[in-house]
Order: sequence, then C-alpha cells, then structure tokens
Amino acid sequence: MFEKALKGNNYYWMWLAFLGFFIAIAAVCYLRQYFYGLGITGMSRDVSWGLYISQFTFLVGVAAGGVMLVLPYYIHNYKAFGRITILGEFLAISSLLMCLMFIMADLGQPLRGLNVLLYPTPGSMLFWDMCVLWGYLILNALCGWVILTAERKGVHPPKWIYFFVYLSIPFAFSIHTVTAMLYCGLPGRHFWLSAIIAPRFLASAFAAGPALIVVLAMILKRVANFDAGKEAIDKMVTIIIYAALANMFFVGLEFFVGFYSNIPGHMHTLQYLFFGLEHHGHVYNNLVPFMWGFIALFLVGISLLVHPYTRKQSDLWLGIGCASIFFAFWLDKGIGFVLGGFVPTPTEEIVEYYPTINELFITIGIWATGFFILTILYKIAIGVEHEIEA
Amino acid sequence: MDKNRRNFLKVAGISTLAGLGGTAVVDRLVGGTSIAQAAAETGHTVEQATGSQGHGAQPNPSENRYGMIIDIRKFQQDPSLGEKAVTACHSVHNVPQFPDKKDEIKWIWMTNFENAFPTNANAYRDEATAKHQLPILCNHCDKPPCVRACPTKATFRNKDGIVMMDYHRCIGCRFCMAACPYGSRSFNWRDPEAFVKNTNHVYPRRMRGVVEKCNFCDERVGTGKQPACVEACAESKAIVFGNLNDPNSEIRKMLKENHTIQRNPALGTIPSVFYIV
Repeated sequence: MFEKALKGNNYYWMWLAFLGFFIAIAAVCYLRQYFYGLGITGMSRDVSWGLYISQFTFLVGVAAGGVMLVLPYYIHNYKAFGRITILGEFLAISSLLMCLMFIMADLGQPLRGLNVLLYPTPGSMLFWDMCVLWGYLILNALCGWVILTAERKGVHPPKWIYFFVYLSIPFAFSIHTVTAMLYCGLPGRHFWLSAIIAPRFLASAFAAGPALIVVLAMILKRVANFDAGKEAIDKMVTIIIYAALANMFFVGLEFFVGFYSNIPGHMHTLQYLFFGLEHHGHVYNNLVPFMWGFIALFLVGISLLVHPYTRKQSDLWLGIGCASIFFAFWLDKGIGFVLGGFVPTPTEEIVEYYPTINELFITIGIWATGFFILTILYKIAIGVEHEIEA
Repeated sequence: MDKNRRNFLKVAGISTLAGLGGTAVVDRLVGGTSIAQAAAETGHTVEQATGSQGHGAQPNPSENRYGMIIDIRKFQQDPSLGEKAVTACHSVHNVPQFPDKKDEIKWIWMTNFENAFPTNANAYRDEATAKHQLPILCNHCDKPPCVRACPTKATFRNKDGIVMMDYHRCIGCRFCMAACPYGSRSFNWRDPEAFVKNTNHVYPRRMRGVVEKCNFCDERVGTGKQPACVEACAESKAIVFGNLNDPNSEIRKMLKENHTIQRNPALGTIPSVFYIV
C-alpha cells in the first residue's frame, strides 16, 4: 500500500518539502543539543521539565482522542464513523511517534534509554507509561493496517483483529491516565497533586483529538476529495462540545478547591498561571497571556460550535471553532499545566522558564515530523478509499 | 447441580488467583522503596523505626539508618560555619561552579528559614530566625519519592538508609527532580569538567545528562570518617551525624534532649535530617 504515498500532485510534494525544511533544521538543532547537553535549553534545576515534556503530555491526549471514533464505531456499531475511524487510528500513530521523539529529546542520556527495559521498575509511573504508549502504538499500527488492507481487498477484516481493536480502547484511556499519574502522584507539587488530573486530561484529550480530526477532515475534503460525511462530523462536534465543557468544569473545580480552601500551596500555581504571582515585590507572570489565550480561544471555539448557524452553515466557521478548541487546550495542557507546576519551587522560590531558540526549533521539528508521518499515512488511507470507490 | 458446583469452583479459583495477583502488584507498587518499612505512616519516625509498637515488619536491628541533626542556633552564632560546610562538601565531591545560575548544581546550601520550612509560615518570626540562614541538603527520606519515581533504579536507598545515585545508570529523565518535595536534586545540564576547580581524585566527577545530589558522604562514612560538612563544622557541633537505629548513638541522645523539627513531615517521606531551632 505504501506506493500510494509516492504518487501525489505538486501541493502534496510542496507540503512535504515544507515540513522537511523544519525537520532538517531540527535535526541540526538536536545535534547541537546532543553535543552540548540539555543546558542549551531553558530548563534549570528549578524548572526541570520544559517544552519537550509539555508537548509530550499534550500529544498523548491527541493520541488518546482517536478512541472517540473507534469506540462508537466498534462498540456501538455507529456506522457513520466507518470512513473516518482510520483517520483517528493514524492520527494516534503519528501523535505517539511525536511523544516518543519528545521523550528522547528530553533525556539527558538518550543512549541509555533502554535502561528502562533492562532494569524494569514497576514502582515508577514512567515505566508503565512506556508500556502503555508502546502498546497503544503497536495496537493502532496493527489494527489500522490490517483493516485497511482488508478494505482494499474488498473482504471483511479477519476475526482475530477485533480482539486487538477492543483491546485498544482501554489502552487509549490508560495512556492518558498513566501520563496523568506521572504528575498527580508526586508529593509536594500541589498543582499536580489532584485526583482530577486524570479525568481532566481525558476530557481535554477527547475534545482536542477529535477537534484536530475535524479540522483535518475539512482540509482533506478540499485537497484530497475525501468527504468524511455530514453525520460523522456532526456527531464528532457533539463529542467535542461535551468533552470541552467537562474539561472547563474540572478547571473550575480546581479553582474552587484552591481559592475556597484558601490554602496557599493550592492557590500559588493558579495565581501564577492566571494572574501573576507576587513574590518579594516582583510579579511573575510570563504564562498569564497563554492562559487567558486559552480561556478566550475556548470561548470562541465553544460559541462557534454550539451555535447552530456557525456549526451548520459553513465548513469555515466549523473549522475555526474546532481549531480554536484545539489550540485552547494546547495552551492549557501543552503549556500551562506542565510549566506552571514547577512554580513555586519546593523551597518557595520562583524561577520562570523561557525556552531557547534551539529548543523551540527542536520542538517545531518534532511536530513537523509528526505531521510528515501523518500526511503519508493519510495519503495511503485516502488512496485506498479512492481505489475502492473507483 | 454438579455443573453449578463446577462453575462455582472455577469462578472462586480464578478470583482467588486474581486477588493474590492483585495484592502482589499493589505490594510491588507501594513497597519497593524503603528498608525501614515499619517506620509507619504516621511520621513519628524514630521511635517506630527502632521501637516496639510499629505495625508491620520490624526493621532489621543490624541495618543502619544514618541521620543528621543541624543546630540552627550554632549557624546563627557563627555565620561563617555555613560557607565552610558548603565549600567542604562541594570540593570533596567535585561539585562544579557554573557562572550561569541556570546550570547550577548544589548538594548542600544555605537558605532562609522560610525557604527551608515554607509550611511553617509565621508573620511574627523572631529576629534571629528571620535574619540568619541555615543549611539544607537531601533529607535521605525513609520513604523517598525520588526512588519511587525513578524508572531505572538509578537512585535507590542503600542498607544504611542513604539515598544513593548510580551515575552510570541514570538516563537523565529528571523524574526524580520533579518528585523530590525538597528541591534537593540537581542535573548536569552541561559537561561539568571545566567547572570543577581542583578535582578530588578520590571521588568521581559526573558526566553531563545525569542527576546528582548529596550522598551523606557514603564514600567517607564507609571508611569510618564523618561527612565533609560535619567535619567542616568540627567542634562547634553545628551538624551531628550518626546512626538513628542505634539507641546509644550521639544523635539519638541529642534527639532525646532537644526539640527538633523536620522539613515538611506532613508528606510522609520521613526525613532523616533534623533541625534544632
């Protein structure tokens, strides 16, 4: 099937070349980091995780979001998702590959990565995260490929594959739950030490993942003559709305617990993220614009999605609405959640994190690599769909 | 009838197995970290770690549990002590001095009371406490969150109760740094070699990309010496080091005679470093 990725029009190749440009820059930047050390990033002993881990956390959610197509289609036999389930599975694959690249970029000793397997440590959540991420990656690659091959041959997929399809559903929930447990099991980090982190992660994932798929479906409709179907898009938008509202409800609960209990440790990070935190006469607030951007984009997105006019009248409004939700939750989880958790430090000092140019280009390059892989996978999937129709 | 019985036995057998398996998994998850398990959840550490009434397994009496008492009053009386202790530690262990604060590595350092004990907020602090600094370092917890978080066992608690680092196994994921509620861990953001002034060849330098922290001078204690910071404070007895599991040790005697506090004991980490205020 891979030959389908080798034939395309000029726009296809230009898009790949555009992504390839950023991948090449990132490769050079990574070499610089590899030979200098992580000191070339903006991280320090006080903010010891930066953009890499925050992108990783967000992308685990995008990968898990694919299950919002798989679950209705395979469990509830919701036929309208038949055509686009493969989009969810292939998005999961490319997101997970980005996650793994971000982890590797973040390791101080990347060549020792296999130590996690050589000295397995079930007490560490990172060990379990590795297990479920790899498991979900393999399951999606297997299910996507086998089912697409069967479709192409015009036969039913083999029975045994359904075992793996059903297995992939709990795996999708587990990847984001275990990723939340990386944070919410750490004592002394009040912002993360909250039982609602895992449900909140899942809620924002089930909004951001499908929102990206809707945007991608809109693009594919224009550039690849692939129509996901009105019913499927409508249903996805419903899922996005409820999941997005659930996420905001959970964020509101965090505010209530922090500010009603009036416990300083529970308020500090929220203050820092949304209002700026005063400390020894200086107000630290470098994440405040991002967090209000998150709130504003959420409001824009949810308004466009819930209003029947903008939802139904034009693809453009719908696309903007979904993109707003996606970027809103990227700001929330891909920026605020991880970076904010380090403020204040355990010794009640405040150190702000600013990524370096080198770090930014590596981050952009990994995103570009993910979209490069996604483009190729979608090209194959849609090529097969067109072949069946022809 | 027979068939029902058969089914019942099947179900009972499977659920028993699942139950056993489940507890085993839970035990692995929660256990694994510490030797002095019996030191119990309450945080009333010393008595339970060595004494009689702890529930669960008793700690092995032959196992050491090294601890430290830091007398803040002595550091107030003689403010030069702090720098002596820090310098001694950092030179013995080849801790690099970087010009850029972002790269900073420290094993023991002087800080304000409010930074060391942020949970003891007090708007009407006495002058001496407010004005002077005290040393903080790794607490060598009985239940170290860093050890639980490490995905490769590169950080572990040894038989003397010291939380150690294996610099050759560490992959540099920095999960332990996020897990430590005391900010005791540092990372080699770049190659430290050029920033170590006079290399002490008795202790290894680190490579970039690994985490490091205070090791309670395990390499010195093993040869019968006192930790470098203790030695630097010498007769002032500002820092006293000893075996908490030995009821006749000097540290136990001092703990009996003085009111001591620990950094954020509410987290249940059971620190081995005590402070006399």
